[in-house]
Order: sequence, then structure tokens, then C-alpha cells
Amino acid sequence: MEAPAISTVAAPAARLSRKVGAGGRASTALSLGVISTFLTIVVVLPLAALVWESKKSGSHGFWHIVSSPEAVAALKLTFGAAVVVVLINAVLGTITAWVLVRDDFRGKALVNAVIDLPFALPTIVAGLTLLTLYGPRSPVGVHAAFTRAAIVLALCFVTLPFVVRTVQPVLHELDVEMEEAARSLGAGQFAVFRRIVLPNLLPGILSGVVLALARALGEIGSVVVLSGNIPYHTEVASVFIFNQIETGYPDYAAAVAIVLLAAAFVLLLAVGGLRFFATRHERA
Amino acid sequence: MRRLLLVALILPVVLASASAAQAHQAGTTVNLVAYSTPKPVLQQLISRFGQTAAGKGVSFSQSYGPSGSQARAIVAGQPASIAFLSTGLDIDTLADAGIASKNWDHAPYSSIAADSVVAFVVRKGNPKHIHSWADLTKKGVQVVTPNPFSSGSAKWNVLAAYGAARKSGMNDRRAVQFVTKLFKNVVAQDSSGSNAANTFFSGKGDVLITYESEAYAAFAAGQEGTLVVPKPTMLIELPMVALKDAPSAANAFITYAHAPKQQAIFAANGYRPVVKSVLTRPNLASWKSKYNTGPTFNIRDRLFGGWRRANRVWFDPNSGRMVGIERTVGGPSH
Amino acid sequence: MLRRLGLRAVALGYLVVILLAPLGMVFYRTFEKGLHPVWQALSDPDTLHAFQVTLIATGIAVPLNTVFGVLCALAIVRRRFPGKGLLNAFIDLPLAVSPVVIGLCLFLLYAPRTGWFGSWLSAHGIRVLFALPAIVLATVFVSVPFVAREVIPTLRELGNEQEQAAATLGATRWQRFWRITLPSIRWAVIYGVVLTTARCLGEYGAVAVVSGNIQGQTETATTRVQELTQNFQTAGAFAVSLVLAAIAILVLVAMTVIRPREGAV
Repeated sequence: MEAPAISTVAAPAARLSRKVGAGGRASTALSLGVISTFLTIVVVLPLAALVWESKKSGSHGFWHIVSSPEAVAALKLTFGAAVVVVLINAVLGTITAWVLVRDDFRGKALVNAVIDLPFALPTIVAGLTLLTLYGPRSPVGVHAAFTRAAIVLALCFVTLPFVVRTVQPVLHELDVEMEEAARSLGAGQFAVFRRIVLPNLLPGILSGVVLALARALGEIGSVVVLSGNIPYHTEVASVFIFNQIETGYPDYAAAVAIVLLAAAFVLLLAVGGLRFFATRHERA
Repeated sequence: MRRLLLVALILPVVLASASAAQAHQAGTTVNLVAYSTPKPVLQQLISRFGQTAAGKGVSFSQSYGPSGSQARAIVAGQPASIAFLSTGLDIDTLADAGIASKNWDHAPYSSIAADSVVAFVVRKGNPKHIHSWADLTKKGVQVVTPNPFSSGSAKWNVLAAYGAARKSGMNDRRAVQFVTKLFKNVVAQDSSGSNAANTFFSGKGDVLITYESEAYAAFAAGQEGTLVVPKPTMLIELPMVALKDAPSAANAFITYAHAPKQQAIFAANGYRPVVKSVLTRPNLASWKSKYNTGPTFNIRDRLFGGWRRANRVWFDPNSGRMVGIERTVGGPSH
Repeated sequence: MLRRLGLRAVALGYLVVILLAPLGMVFYRTFEKGLHPVWQALSDPDTLHAFQVTLIATGIAVPLNTVFGVLCALAIVRRRFPGKGLLNAFIDLPLAVSPVVIGLCLFLLYAPRTGWFGSWLSAHGIRVLFALPAIVLATVFVSVPFVAREVIPTLRELGNEQEQAAATLGATRWQRFWRITLPSIRWAVIYGVVLTTARCLGEYGAVAVVSGNIQGQTETATTRVQELTQNFQTAGAFAVSLVLAAIAILVLVAMTVIRPREGAV
């Protein structure tokens, strides 16, 4: 009696799953069409213009500026600082999100509300504020301005919301019962975190990491006020690019910008791949 | 929820059309595009001009920003009738694009509306006793100046340092070494004069190299420091030029700006007037003595040979002298 | 318990150093010279117009990017198509573009005489640069990824069993989207919108390059802050920034209050 009932249910269910899960081909095409048009106008065209401009000085000019010692120093500094900032964000941002969702304390709602403020503040204000707080006249005795540490500080400020805000929604939806079940079966706190919570949070963390990384590579407004911009020492790539534009060599600026973006793209793909790998159990 | 989506879709359209429908100004419009800091003085000039016969019914739009960026924006199509920028180099950029006359410096006063000089701002009371260019190369003196590749202001600073060194008797090679030694003492190279001022007034450094007019503006706004004008120093000439297709009111305004009364306004705001006789006015006596600071040289001196040549020799990103200096000071061999 | 307190201490310590102390400083710098400079800066008609321009640009960019973000997230998580990984990386790329480079790109595209579309646009009397369209384009560019990045992890976490169940009960695609998918990603969309709004409010570099900074016409709140800073009116600059921050907080509060309610069941 059971076997025919199951088989008659299974077939329509499989067809439905294709309809719901994979989506109809027509609506996929429409969706992708809208997405591509938007992306083309907003993102692809400007970047294409940039690539075109970078070729204006020919491949000789391109390599000349990209391999110049000052450009190399700026690029190295930018990537180094970005990696440090992203690691800090991944750890402390996750902890912050955890505390904001799972913990309860007076003033939590207020703290939650101000997490996004590093975005809403114009970057020059961010720079000036950090300069007042942690510069030569620091009220707390911290003198981090005009050093490489200042770059990390400025970037931490502007990337703070990313990991916190991408992990929060995931935490909201996370089923607490899984953790409680594991604990009732005798798993220690750390094991629960490592084997149950972390794998579920990882896509959110990695999404935030990707955003933080991208922002850290391109940031100029707050870094330029706080770091001192000494070439070969505290000058980041975006400031170097800015100088090329100002000197009247937009093709040189475009060349270095393209290199920065290409490297960013590779990093983004890599993190995307990492996320793919980390969520492989969901596709099994 | 559905209402939210409706709002989300309609809102952009409403906002876009609302802004497009904003009314146009009747009468003549003069678009004034200026460098970052002359707003207080220009606002006075504009409101006074409006009360003259030539200024009746003329409305002004004003834009302030870094001189080089403004020049590039004008070339890229920003509507502009008058350009008031901080270096002749930026006007040359406009001339090369056909927006300003190639003979812009043949106009009255060579199209210069006001002057300033390259000066130092030091901590109040001058604790490190900085009086001359040579003092900037002393051990332990921390100098703040913008990056010459991103800031027109910084270009004046570099040329002034070189010029002062040559005028003191050094030959070309020694003078370049002097500039290198100065840059070894530079602790922050901000992207603009404004940022450099912020850096200095936040407590960093012993001396800021800037325009004398910026220093007076900072002090008037309550910032603390002492002005030191070294001997000799470089004359900063600020060009105000009417551009192609500008209405006649634009030329009228420029002529107005050269009239003695308006030159007196420049003088009272920290700018050195080009109409020197204005300084004999009794109410400007204190300014006259403030501006009496010693010899100056300018960009036409044979040391420089004009902006185009100086820019090529010093600030070309491939072969300019500053590239070598920056590399010596901070580069990989350092 | 101890672990909870420990985590709380770490998180709050981090936030105090990186966020709360700077915010306190913004308050302090705003009011340190009294209320007069604050009032003067905020009541200036050019400042008010600058806020208007910022709000218009934000009001256009946020809905556009929200719709784009949700569509993108659905496509990436639920659909199958080639180049998914590339699309994924491409969405985030705008963030890595330095604001001055964005300005340069828009110049390259839309400058009247030398731009790719410049001659066509000026022939038809359409002004992009130094007018609202360029400000909107720059603002949209810098805030592209946020909604997508928020929604994608949540969608992945959720799976689509609920939609499947609804489909077996006869729900149409539209009904499934409205009543199940959208409510289940509400927190993600909320945070995405909040992030996008805040980013649009605070954008400076790209807008400064393409807007022309024409007082009373194309200045945004952020370029106004720069202008006030240049003229050493720091209290006014901080006051304008504080208003921007307040708007961002208001958006967050509004979104959490009117968030879409849980779907049936």
C-alpha cells in the first residue's frame, strides 16, 4: 500500500523541486537580464573606460608606472594593511555580532544602532576624529597618527560595520536548538562553537570579510588625513593614484588602479572559492 | 509590505523628476570656479558687485575646490565663466584645452587678482626659533608640507625652497641637495594644503609651509600659531581669468576686482593687493607693515622660466626632480 | 557565564576604541564652541540645499540597489547559470575602487567633448557631469554590494523547503516570494538597506570629483563638510556630520520598527 503512494508523491515533488529550486529558465533569464543591465550601466562601463585609459600610454608606459618603486611600495602597503584589518574584523566583528544578538545588556539597542555610523560619517570627519583622539594631542595618550598603525586604525573604523552586519542576520536565523542538543549530548562549549555554530556563520563572516577587504583596498578619505602619506612609507595605493591624476597623467593613474582592482578581483574570487568550499556540506 | 515596495519603486522617480524641475535663474549667470579658500573675500566682492550698475541682475554660482581638480573639472565640462585659481599652471591647462585665451597673461595685471607669499606657520612663540629656509633643514625640525604631485600649493613651496637656496649663492646641484635635505625633515605630506593645515593644527610638526593668506585665514578662525615670512621667499600670484563664452558681466567683475576699493578688501583679508597704492590707505596701515617682509622672487625668474618649464623640470612624474628627491628621501635604498 | 562576560568585554572594548570614543569626539567637536556655530552652519541655505541633494541621491540609490541586491541574491543562491562565481566577485568590486578613480571613470565616460558618451549627451542637451545624474551614478556605484551581501548568506542558511512546501499547496511564484521568501530574509534586507543608506549619506570622494561643488546647486552634505573644514569652521563641519549620522540612525530605527512581519505559520 505504501510503495505506490510514495512513488506517486515523489514524482510531482521532484518536478516541483526543479521548479522551485532551480527556477524556470525563462525567469532566470529575465532576472539575469535585469541584473546584467544594471551592472553594465553602473559598474562595467566605468571599469571598461578605466581599462581603456590605462592602455593609452601603451604597454611600455603601463609597466613603467606599475613597476616603479613608489607604486610597488604603495601597493604592498595597501595589501598588507588590508589583510591585517580583515583579520581583525573577522575575529572581533564576529564576537561583536554574537554579543549584539545573543547577549543582553543595558544600552545594547543604542550600541546596535550606532554600528553603521562609520559609513554615514564623511570620511574626512572620520579622519579628523581619529586624528583628535589618537594623534599628537590625544586625550588618552595614544599617538598612533602618521604611522603605519594609523592606516590600520582608519581602515578598522571604516570597515567595522561589515562583518558585524553580515553575521547578525545569520545569527538571528540560527537554530539555537542545534547547539542545545549538542550540549545536552555532552559537547563542550568550544566544540559546539567549532562544529555547529562556526560552519553556519562562516558564509556570513566570509561575506563580511569580502566587503571589508574591498573597502580597505579602495579607501582614501580617512587614510589620507591620518597617515601622513610619506611616499615609500605611509603612502597607500589610492593616494598614489590620486597623485597621478593630479599631475595630469590619468593613464598612469588608471594603470595602477587596474592592477589594484585585478588583485582585488583575484582575492574576491579566492574568498568566494573558500566560501564555496566551506559550504560544501550544504550541497552534498 | 506591499506599500513599502510601492514607495521603493516610486520614490526614485519622484525625486528624480522633482530635482529636474527646479526653476532656472532669470538674468545673467556668472559661474565662478575658484580654488579652495578665497570664499570669504569673494563673497564680499560678489555682494558689492551686485550693487553696482554692471552687477545689476547678475547672479553668481560659486564652486570651491582644489585648484588642479577645478581646472580638470572645467576641461571636463563644468560650466565656468571665471576661473580664480592658485597657480598659472592650472590656467595653462585651461588654455591648452581652448577654454582660456592662450594670451591670458597679457591682460591687465597679467590677469593676477591678488598675491601672497610662501610662508611658515610655527607654534605660538616660535619655540624652535625658525626664521629662515636653512632652519628647516636643521636636525630635529619637523616640517609639514603637502605632496607636490597632488597639490599646487606644495609646488609653490618646493620652488620657493629651491629659489631661496639659489638666491643665497648655492649652485643648482647644491640647491637641489638643499631641497632634498628639507624633505628629509618632512613628517607628513598631505594631499592638499587644507589637509596639511589640519595635520599641523592637530599638533603634528614644528613648521607648516603654506600661503601667507591661508595662515591669516587660519588665525582669523581661531587656530593658534605664529607667522614667519622667510627672506627671500616666493611670490604667489593668483590668477583670475574670464573664460571662453563668458558673459560680459564676467569681465566686468574682474575689472571690478582690480579697482582700488576691492583691492583694499583683498588686503584686509590677508592677500597682498596687486594695486600696491592701496596699501597707503590709513586703515590698511597695519596690513602694510605686515606685508613688508622682505624680497621676493616670482615664477618668471630665470631660475624657473615660467610655470610650464618649471613644472616639466620639477614635477614630471617620470623625469621631474621631485621624483628623484622623494626616492632619495624615502625610497627602497633608504 | 564567565565566557559571556568575557566576550562582552572584548566586543565592548573593541567598540569603545574603534567606534564609541570617536563618536563621542564628534559630539564634543560639534558643541565645544557652543551652539552658535552649529546653528549657523545648519541654517545656512546652502547647507540645507546640500542636505536636499544628499537625500535625493540616497533616495534614488537605495531602492535601486535594494531591488538589484535581492534579485542578485536570489539568482546566485537559487538559480543555476554559468559564471556565478564571476558575478559574485564582480558585485563586490565597486567597493575596491577608490573614490577618486570612480570620478575619473565618470569623467572618461561622460565628459562633453572627450567622453565616450559625451558628444551624444551634449548634443541632446543632457547634462550628466556636474549635475544630479553624476552624483546619483557615483552614489549607486559605491553602494552596490551591500544588500546582496547581506541577503546571500541568510538565503543560503534558510534553504528553500518552505517554498517547496508552499508550492505543493498551490502557491504561485509571486505568492511564494512575497509571503515566504521576503519575510524570511527581512533582517538581511533591513541591514542591507541600513548599510546602503549610511554609505550613500557618507560618500564624499567620488561625488566631490563629479559634482562640481557648485554652492547651492550640486553640493552634497559631505562636500559641504569639506568646504566648512577648509574654511576652518570645524564645529559646523562636525555638526553637519552629526546630522548625517542622525539620519542613518533614524533609518535603522524606522526599518526595525516597520520590518515585515513573519509570514503565515
